[in-house]
Amino acid sequence: MNIPAFEPVDALLIVPALSAVILAFLSGYRLTSYVNFVSSGVAFFFACALLFHRPAAGNYLFVDDLNVVFVVLSTFIGFTTSAYSASYIGHEIETGKLSPAHVRFYHAMYQSMMFAMNLALLANNIGLMWVAVEFATLTTVLMVGIYRTPEALEAAWKYFILGSVGIALALFGTILVYMSAEPVLGEGYDAMVWTSLMQHAPAFSPRLLNVAFVFLMLGYGTKVGLVPMHAWLPDAHAEGPTPISAVLSGLLLNVALYAVLRFKMLLAANTAAIAPGPLMIALGLASLIFAGFMLYRRDDIKRLFAYSSIEHMGIITFAFGMGGPLANFAGLLHMTMHSLTKSAIFFAVGHIAQVKGTQKLANIRGLTESHPVLGWALVAGVMAIAGLPPFGVFMSEFLVVSSTFARQPLLAIPLAFGLLVAFGALLMRLIELAFGEPSESIGEVEASVVPLYFHLALVLLVGLWLEPHVAAWFQNVAASLG
Amino acid sequence: MENLSFDVAHLLAGGLVLVSFTLLYQNRMTGLINIFTLHAIVLSLSVAWQAYSQHAPHLYLTAAIAVLFKAVIIPLSLQRIMVRLRIHRDIEVVGGVGMTMLLGICLVALSLVVMLPATAAADPLAREDLAFALSVVLLGLLMMVTRRNAISQVIGFMSLENGLILAATGAKGMPLVVEISVAFSVLIAFIVIGIFLFRIRERFDTVDIQELDRVRGGRR
Repeated sequence: MNIPAFEPVDALLIVPALSAVILAFLSGYRLTSYVNFVSSGVAFFFACALLFHRPAAGNYLFVDDLNVVFVVLSTFIGFTTSAYSASYIGHEIETGKLSPAHVRFYHAMYQSMMFAMNLALLANNIGLMWVAVEFATLTTVLMVGIYRTPEALEAAWKYFILGSVGIALALFGTILVYMSAEPVLGEGYDAMVWTSLMQHAPAFSPRLLNVAFVFLMLGYGTKVGLVPMHAWLPDAHAEGPTPISAVLSGLLLNVALYAVLRFKMLLAANTAAIAPGPLMIALGLASLIFAGFMLYRRDDIKRLFAYSSIEHMGIITFAFGMGGPLANFAGLLHMTMHSLTKSAIFFAVGHIAQVKGTQKLANIRGLTESHPVLGWALVAGVMAIAGLPPFGVFMSEFLVVSSTFARQPLLAIPLAFGLLVAFGALLMRLIELAFGEPSESIGEVEASVVPLYFHLALVLLVGLWLEPHVAAWFQNVAASLG
Repeated sequence: MENLSFDVAHLLAGGLVLVSFTLLYQNRMTGLINIFTLHAIVLSLSVAWQAYSQHAPHLYLTAAIAVLFKAVIIPLSLQRIMVRLRIHRDIEVVGGVGMTMLLGICLVALSLVVMLPATAAADPLAREDLAFALSVVLLGLLMMVTRRNAISQVIGFMSLENGLILAATGAKGMPLVVEISVAFSVLIAFIVIGIFLFRIRERFDTVDIQELDRVRGGRR
């Protein structure tokens, strides 16, 4: 019998799947959160191994320049979030908000979600990718509803229904892609495998691909949180446990975006099909401007940052829609910066909501005075996400705007407008939150600030000095995106 | 023989669109579930016919899943849930039947206009199937938009999903169809369990959790 060689790709799926099973049977939150932390760390280690060793593409899994970026980023944030989640969940147990049974369930689901996301990113098959995205949706729905409050259940239900409709539309698009490939590649697996699809894309029927892309864009776009399919996103972020808000913004949105990008590359390879760019630009700008205005009327701190996620996904979709090496580079960098910064903000917000006992913006005041460690981290995070120098987000936003100015000056006007609107809203909220007379706190929390400051330090580092190897790597990927 | 195969497939797929229209105006919950059962049966017949005419035995499995899961288990459990939630005799106000039907016709026309030119190169059977499948998907979406009751919405979603299965089986030799139909069944099972556990009556407005607490009361 031929035993296949051990590959880090397989480990990226096996480790989370196995730990999910183990965690389902372990009890005691200290032990389970430790296991969760260790297995997320191991997954991150194997993701880094992919940078140095790349296996040959199979019928089901493959690794290329594009998905390595996504895999490394999402396992990294999965790892740091698992560290944060340990202290967050500890506090929730002490205050009796979650029972030990819920925590066991939560950890098993956390690893299942990591499994599904890795599978979606590594899948070499459009059908398998769809199944993985669906599975990731299910696991996050279950985690969003974990508090069992009416609001949490409502948020989970809304997310469930809208997400299901989204992935149903995406499946229709997937079937259409298969049908356009079938006359060229023949029946069977070949016509669903990314690597062969990309090779033969120029021969596919362009009209069928056009219709397919509209469905895929709307379907996966729902999961990216693009306006007007965004309605689930703020609720899911606000009502679930905060580590889940961090992974939703940091990972899940990216995974859906990855699917959109892959299909965009497919269409770009077929010169007779419509250009996918304009649709992405339109949805991106709509998300940016709509979310920018919505930021002014929020009264819940987690909802505020959820709308900011919609805004940033809009910017990223816009950048990828513009296309070309520079805009793609900016989009990729912005996606990385947004994931790091937004998860850091949610780390801070989670502990802040725990010490203040509320998520209402009106009841959170003067954080830098009452909780300097968390307060100043929030100040740094919000300044970063609003796009102030010297943070990395400033650099990537600047690149998006300047590359747009160079090619389509007219589009740069609504883009800059949307950025300024969001900037104003975030700064206004930040001043209320961070300075002035501190509001009442209900208790103390053993905050884990290491992941928080680590993320912010990375964002700052990129803003000051983008390491040449990383820059070359991203440029390489950006060029392949077309 | 070639012609007969085409005609039967056409008949069954067209029948599915027709049943979708019937779903649109059902205002009684029991009637809705019965029509949905019919929808699932027509789907599984259509899938079985595809399995026969494409010589694809694995599609029989998809047809069997459709019959067993969607025509037996789901209707029965929805029936029970409605009795438990005491809404089985409810009449849902379906606003503007005429308007909804007109919209439905427009959607079918739209899907024909979109799909037929786009699939000019594909074989005629797949073409028509795809146009019908898109009609069923759009009619399902229309139903989800026009209904407020959670169960009607779920039935809308399931009919939408039947359209997708029709499209997937119509695409010749598409792999993973069985896996996809299993994945969808899991999704739907979760939705139904969700309704049952959390007493979800209306889409986003009422989640009657008081009832849930009372049921659990003994254990706390």
